[in-house]
Amino acid sequence: MDWNFLIFAVLKIAAVLGVLMTMVAYAVLAERKISAFIQDRVGPNRVSLPLIGSIPIIGPLLTRWGIWQPLADGVKSFLKEDFTPSHVRKIYFWLAPAIALVPAFLVVAVIPFGSTLGAQKMVIADLNVGILYTFGIVSLGVYGIVLAGYASNSKFPFLGGIRSSAQMISYEIAMGLSVIPVFLIAGDLNLGGIIDYQAQHGWMILYAPLSFPIFLVSAFAETNRLPFDLPESETELVGGYHTEYSSMKFALFFMGEYANMLAGSAMMVTLFFGGWTLPFAGLDTAPALGEWWKGLLHIGIFIAKMLCFMGLFIWVRWMLPRFRYDQLMDLGWRRMIPLALANIIITAVVVMLMNS
Amino acid sequence: MIVKRTQLTWWERLYLPALIGGFKVTLRHFKNTITGRTRVTQQYPEEPTKVPPGYRGAPYLVRDQDGDTKCVSCQLCEFICPPKAIKIIPPGDSGLQSDRANAEKMPREFEINMLRCIFCGFCQEVCPEEAIFLKQDFSLTGLARGEMVFNKEKLLSLGGTHAGIQKWKHKLDEAEEQETFPIQT
Repeated sequence: MDWNFLIFAVLKIAAVLGVLMTMVAYAVLAERKISAFIQDRVGPNRVSLPLIGSIPIIGPLLTRWGIWQPLADGVKSFLKEDFTPSHVRKIYFWLAPAIALVPAFLVVAVIPFGSTLGAQKMVIADLNVGILYTFGIVSLGVYGIVLAGYASNSKFPFLGGIRSSAQMISYEIAMGLSVIPVFLIAGDLNLGGIIDYQAQHGWMILYAPLSFPIFLVSAFAETNRLPFDLPESETELVGGYHTEYSSMKFALFFMGEYANMLAGSAMMVTLFFGGWTLPFAGLDTAPALGEWWKGLLHIGIFIAKMLCFMGLFIWVRWMLPRFRYDQLMDLGWRRMIPLALANIIITAVVVMLMNS
Repeated sequence: MIVKRTQLTWWERLYLPALIGGFKVTLRHFKNTITGRTRVTQQYPEEPTKVPPGYRGAPYLVRDQDGDTKCVSCQLCEFICPPKAIKIIPPGDSGLQSDRANAEKMPREFEINMLRCIFCGFCQEVCPEEAIFLKQDFSLTGLARGEMVFNKEKLLSLGGTHAGIQKWKHKLDEAEEQETFPIQT
């Protein structure tokens, strides 16, 4: 047993999980604030902490920005009554929120969120089949939603579950096909290897300009964000698959959605936008052993890039109305998948010609 | 009516013009809100709301210019009150003397149940002594039902003063106001 490996792995898992949960909590706040500003509202601006709230200028300012809102939300979701309706299928009803949340966290395991810190590579699991693992895990995410829809045993969640299964399965194909050109170009399935390639040759979005929009749209569909939020669609399905859920079980679905968004952002950054690298100021190489500040800077760069995509996720929500169900299917099967296939063939031909 | 559906051009079917348009609109709203150019929300408890003149809020009893109770316990308001929110206990045969010299009596107790009150203004309309007025208060709160039954003391303290009896002058003003068009507030 390699104790050194074990200790550092546990440390990294704890750190990543901590950062991820914090980011989930504040992604919710960012969503509420940005949504509010886009709709000419003010957003959450009431939660104040006893001591910090009474500091002259900073206290009220933090309150106005809603910095403590995630705390209140968290406490609320724990203290609310956890109601299980009598008509549900109990085991699946209890299982579904966990199944919805866990895959989102598992995906993060293979994402290289930084270069190195000391002698440690900043990735929890440096898998050679990183991307295959990711797609395998992401496709599990649909089970949580379908199971919730089935277990709730009532109309609206059931419709939500059906919709999500159809939507997520169809867009997963487009998503999987859209990243194949990336591997054709980089010649590596390891996400760290792809970042190395991008550090040497420039960001992947320059080489696979069509892959990125397909991946982006599919990521929106996979994470059930507007304009693809048919599984939830508040206006027509009450709450979609989580109509019957309350308290912490609902919060798990909610966290799962945001964790999925974060994982999707991390994937996009890794695959198309150079991961933790920046193409100037010598930031595109792994730091020497003593340069821990550079290692931290790389993590910062990665998180900053991720936050840009989170902003995009939130922003797009208020730009586009929800697709009709047939339009969604039409876009997935008749536009995205053929486009992704053509993209693969063109890339393959170009790569072959370049190599010969 | 038949709505003519024009065929979308190839460019429009790419969703891109709609996307760009959406980006522009949301960006404009975001920018204007964050810089404070659009300000729609009123932060209510901090920024008090001003109600328009003539607003019918909670009915309170008023005192006259000498600080005396104007109510003479005639019970007209109690009888007119549609939801029976007002309850008056008259002084009785040898009861409470009134504050004012020219008034025969005043109520021993005067209660308005604010939970029942519908703010119709009939009590103000019917009062011959101009002793009860619908004020501008609209946010009445209490922790129990009992707290929402306002007694005479509370109603008088909330009502403030209102000089003399000017009912017939007001009636004249109102009548004149109704002759002119449009009605001035």
